[in-house]
Amino acid sequence: MSDDTQIGGPSGRFPPTRWSAIVAARGDDPAERTRAFETIVAAYWKPVYKYIRARWGKANEDAKDLTQEFFARVMEKGFLDSYDPAKSRLRTFLRTCVDGFVANQDKAARRIKRGGDAVLMSLDFQTAEGELARSEPPAPGTMEEFFEKEWIRNLFSLALERLRAECEARGKAIHFRLFELYDLEGERKSRLTYEHLAREFGLAVTDITNHLAFARREFRRITLATLREMTANEEEFRREARTLLGVDPE
Amino acid sequence: MKWLSDRTVERLRVAAQAPDLAGTRYRLISHIARGGMGAVWLAEDTALGRRVALKILDVPDASGELAARLLREARILARLEHPGIVPIHDVGTLADRRVFYTMKFVEGRRLDQHLEHVRSLPDRLRLFQRICEPVAFAHVRGVLHRDLKPENIMVGPFGEVLVMDWGLAKILHDPAETAGAAASESTPSAEESSASTRLPVLPGLPSVKASQPQTGHGVVLGTPGYMAPEQARGEVKRLDERADVFALGAILRFLLTPDAARDATIAPSPVRASSESAARPEAAGSAVPRALAAVCAKAMSPDPNGRYASVQELAADLSNYLDGLAVSAYPEGLFGKLARLFARHRTAVLLVLGYLLMRLLLLAWQRR
Repeated sequence: MSDDTQIGGPSGRFPPTRWSAIVAARGDDPAERTRAFETIVAAYWKPVYKYIRARWGKANEDAKDLTQEFFARVMEKGFLDSYDPAKSRLRTFLRTCVDGFVANQDKAARRIKRGGDAVLMSLDFQTAEGELARSEPPAPGTMEEFFEKEWIRNLFSLALERLRAECEARGKAIHFRLFELYDLEGERKSRLTYEHLAREFGLAVTDITNHLAFARREFRRITLATLREMTANEEEFRREARTLLGVDPE
Repeated sequence: MKWLSDRTVERLRVAAQAPDLAGTRYRLISHIARGGMGAVWLAEDTALGRRVALKILDVPDASGELAARLLREARILARLEHPGIVPIHDVGTLADRRVFYTMKFVEGRRLDQHLEHVRSLPDRLRLFQRICEPVAFAHVRGVLHRDLKPENIMVGPFGEVLVMDWGLAKILHDPAETAGAAASESTPSAEESSASTRLPVLPGLPSVKASQPQTGHGVVLGTPGYMAPEQARGEVKRLDERADVFALGAILRFLLTPDAARDATIAPSPVRASSESAARPEAAGSAVPRALAAVCAKAMSPDPNGRYASVQELAADLSNYLDGLAVSAYPEGLFGKLARLFARHRTAVLLVLGYLLMRLLLLAWQRR
């Protein structure tokens, strides 16, 4: 995996089940709060950066500063205390906060306060900028959908990288490769079948079936685990899982 | 971290939803469609070496209400063995406790997509008659479909017609149904009755016991534009074969005037869909023959008593039309009757007229 951000990423810990970054970020344990902060930033920095660029029309450098500054605020204790999962989803809450933050921000004052252009976090804005250039610019009035779409894209990217890392760590790199070929790139190779893959990899068709089932199951598990980190309670988690995957998690 | 295109994100979303078929004889191939309570996947039956469509619930709860609904749908399909109804092969529960059933994989087009390939009016009417056959068969077996619409009708590569999606089916004269309807008669509110949308059996809808997974009186299930008025009002106990006759009338209207029918179904109001003027194809300014327009209007009468009493009656009227005979829905005058007779016996009439003309000419020549 490329190290486009040092926060989260491939070497990031695989989450224990039912750990919530939202709950941990509100807690008193500094180590847990730092970890929660890293998790939230990993999931949201790209959507926030792209949103600031698209919604507010900020220049590249300004958007970088604003993104850094915004997450610095998130890190402050108490920021997430006003978040109520019964009233809105976390991404809606964060997007609203971004809007308020950017609207009220005075660039000069911010730089003085934070010490100019000092980099607070190592985030790969260049990659995010490249991704933004490859995407269709959002139509006016669709910014909420744009932010949500970018959030889902980032969530799946994180889950995919975790899956890759897990498969490699468990000696199942071939499972991930099959998943990539059949489920991710299959559309470009529309005639790709289990039989083709079996021939290419020197495996039985039943092995292809089982390997793909494993990879899909693991991808689903990791996606749900990542989603669980981003939700405050069980009810919100289930609601988000249904929205994202259209299914009720076990 | 690799950038994912919108299409890749969608593929990942589908992959994450993929059911784990381990322990079954099925092998997953691809995603086909998503419905109100689950998804349909293309799978291979490895024991028989054939492709099947696998319908599976979203909810991992084999004893829940949705599971009961899916099983009920499977059992209804199992009792409807007809060439025009997709046959069910198997039913089961996956390791994650999600219920599924498999059925014949139908390769074809939905009626709304197929229509552009059927140009002539007689061909469209014959297609409609083939739609009527399985519905009439189901009625004989005591089953109402309740969600007949072009999207639920498949036309195969050889022109075979299959009526799909029996998820909203109602069993007529079923004691369990009667009991379920009676028990829930007081449950629904006016708001629920007016919420005319398709079957999303999700939290928020009135609950149904797993042992009686039927629709309670007052619950609105169906599709606007194709729902009979009594169905749109949630009068479940009043529903009979004539509710499906109404939907078939709407399908006939769609076959005669696709664009006008689409416009009529956009409005979610059951009032609009069931008004007599909306039912008449000629209301859209089309050149639909009056007799056919009358058949359509009769099938879609707001009052069930004004409709055909059965699908067979509707189909018979269409047969009469195709054969050049009078249709019961259209009382014709003397001129209309003569015109129809002329159209039906055009060759014979022309021969007789030609013969008479020749005799007249011959007579005139002899008298000269």
